[in-house]
Amino acid sequence: MLVKIGKWLLFILFALTITGVFVWAPLREGLGEFTRVIYFHVPAAWMAVLFFLLAAYYSYRYLQTKELLFDAYAQISNEMGILFAVLATATGSIWAKQIWHSYWNWDPRETSIFILLLIYGAYFSLRSALEQEDRRARLSAVYSLLAFVTVPFFVFIVPRIYFSLHPDPVINVQGKVNMEARQRIVFFSSLILQTVFFLWVFNIRRTQVKLKMMIRRYQETQTFKEK
Amino acid sequence: MKLLAKNIVKRFGNHIVLRNISFEISNGKSLAIIGSNGSGKTTLIKILANLIAPTRGSVIYQQNGQTIPREHINAHIGLVGPYLQLYQELTARENLYFFARMRNIPDYQKRIAGLMETLGLKGREDDTVKAYSSGMQQRLKYVAALLHQPDVLLVDEPRSNLDEKGIETVYRLLQEQKERSILIIATNDSEDLQLADQTLKVEQA
Amino acid sequence: MKQTYLILIKDLQQEFKTRYAINAILLFAIVTLSAVSFAIGTFTAGEQVLSALFWVILFFSSMSGLSHIFIREEETQTADTLKLVARPVHIFLGKFIFNLLLLIALEVVLVPLFIAVMNFQIAGFGVFTLTLFIGNFGLAGGGTMVAAIISKASAKGALFTVLSFPILLPVLISGISATKKAAEQGALSGAQNELQALLAYSVIIITASILLFDYVWNE
Repeated sequence: MLVKIGKWLLFILFALTITGVFVWAPLREGLGEFTRVIYFHVPAAWMAVLFFLLAAYYSYRYLQTKELLFDAYAQISNEMGILFAVLATATGSIWAKQIWHSYWNWDPRETSIFILLLIYGAYFSLRSALEQEDRRARLSAVYSLLAFVTVPFFVFIVPRIYFSLHPDPVINVQGKVNMEARQRIVFFSSLILQTVFFLWVFNIRRTQVKLKMMIRRYQETQTFKEK
Repeated sequence: MKLLAKNIVKRFGNHIVLRNISFEISNGKSLAIIGSNGSGKTTLIKILANLIAPTRGSVIYQQNGQTIPREHINAHIGLVGPYLQLYQELTARENLYFFARMRNIPDYQKRIAGLMETLGLKGREDDTVKAYSSGMQQRLKYVAALLHQPDVLLVDEPRSNLDEKGIETVYRLLQEQKERSILIIATNDSEDLQLADQTLKVEQA
Repeated sequence: MKQTYLILIKDLQQEFKTRYAINAILLFAIVTLSAVSFAIGTFTAGEQVLSALFWVILFFSSMSGLSHIFIREEETQTADTLKLVARPVHIFLGKFIFNLLLLIALEVVLVPLFIAVMNFQIAGFGVFTLTLFIGNFGLAGGGTMVAAIISKASAKGALFTVLSFPILLPVLISGISATKKAAEQGALSGAQNELQALLAYSVIIITASILLFDYVWNE
């Protein structure tokens, strides 16, 4: 019952937010309609990072327990993550064209999301090169964690170093500081609601994967009994 | 020394290779694992040799009633098999010295010389393994496996690549091993069964 | 520690006899350097471009040679032989040091050649050497770990580069920046940020690798 109310609430709030994005929130000077990208671009980037962290967590759990279900969870986390990484990179690039008149600049944020994209790509390349299930699970989990360890460097080091090379304005500085009240409301609504919504989608996917695993386990015990 | 295998199950993806394998073997005994090609003999040997972990079940090595922890099992095992190669570019001596030092065997030069002679490889210590014939390589594998006087000797296909004389020598060594401690062989050659006290049949799933 | 040393000696012995990895890595470096030099011709490239080029050549040369140490064990079926006598941590450390030496051998040849051929004026050669030295630990650490991972995969080829690039990118970024600063000013203080980053990265990647290696090596 509570879940049903939650879903309806989500639906209504989401509808309001999207209306807000396209109608209610004021546009910024000079950007025009392109201001609206931020309501989708930043959440996408944030979720690319969120699913990366989730994947690392599930990878860690897999190595700890050798439970294949965790490997499946790690895989679907990465699947959602790469989707958002692509979306974030694409929307960011379009937006960059408007602000800085160039699709790609190697600005710290751009570089970070690109690297995240590379890590996701590498993860799936690795998985497709491994046929044995337990090996695949084990090695991709290790790689996930290895990548997770190097990510802080991009977050902390790159801006520091790049600042000395290219004093470009960081997207964040422009975005968060100079937002009007209405924009702020829509922005944070979008951020929170999208997070909730896509985590819900993720949960459905998790259940799907879990059911698949349960069916498989059941089939195995059946063939086991036959012999 | 006692080796206990309890309900070993090994699955590769959807393919179950070993189902509920259990057995027990103690000092002075030998076991032959038999089965057709692809039945899982090699997988079982690798599990017993601590190279692969079983999907379910356990392999327990006990000495004087105490279970030996997994990290220390390697010191008690010797393995000979077609999938276990020696370093081709190095000489036999370099290979054997490497293994001996890694295993911390005291007085290894003498031991190596003795084994090389027993297996008819005396004088060939400084040839590269690549220059060895397949029969000689097989015999060299026995030297490498017996260097540290393992409590458990696992041999996959004992007579592969060996001529009559080689088989004779190896059989003698395997017999000694059995009397001294534990011998486990995997084979589909019925001739090898003479070495075994117990047999375990592994069936293709 | 003795086991680490023995494994290192064994690998060096093998390498000495076959010279496979060192040839691959040197050949790649020389070919790439020639191509770059030829393409640039008489144009004088600035410090930034030259720093970047140097690290690009260094990185891709490493990609040709750093994975050899694990792939060879798998391909010649000696991996299990090694597994029977050695503890995982020593295997990693032994091969890590091997790759470290391999990189140093590469740089001994590449650095003078690059400086001469590309006319790279470096104000602070000491800082540059220090950058390379610390950077090597990062490259060898991450590279050895990824090499171990892909050695167990079927289609090795480009997989090593694809997987290594994101992992080793911090080394590239810091290394290029530090090299540029070494070339321009040469003061240690100028490249402090980058050198600290390289050091931190090396420590973290080696620690993580040692912790995770067991999971890669044990089936």
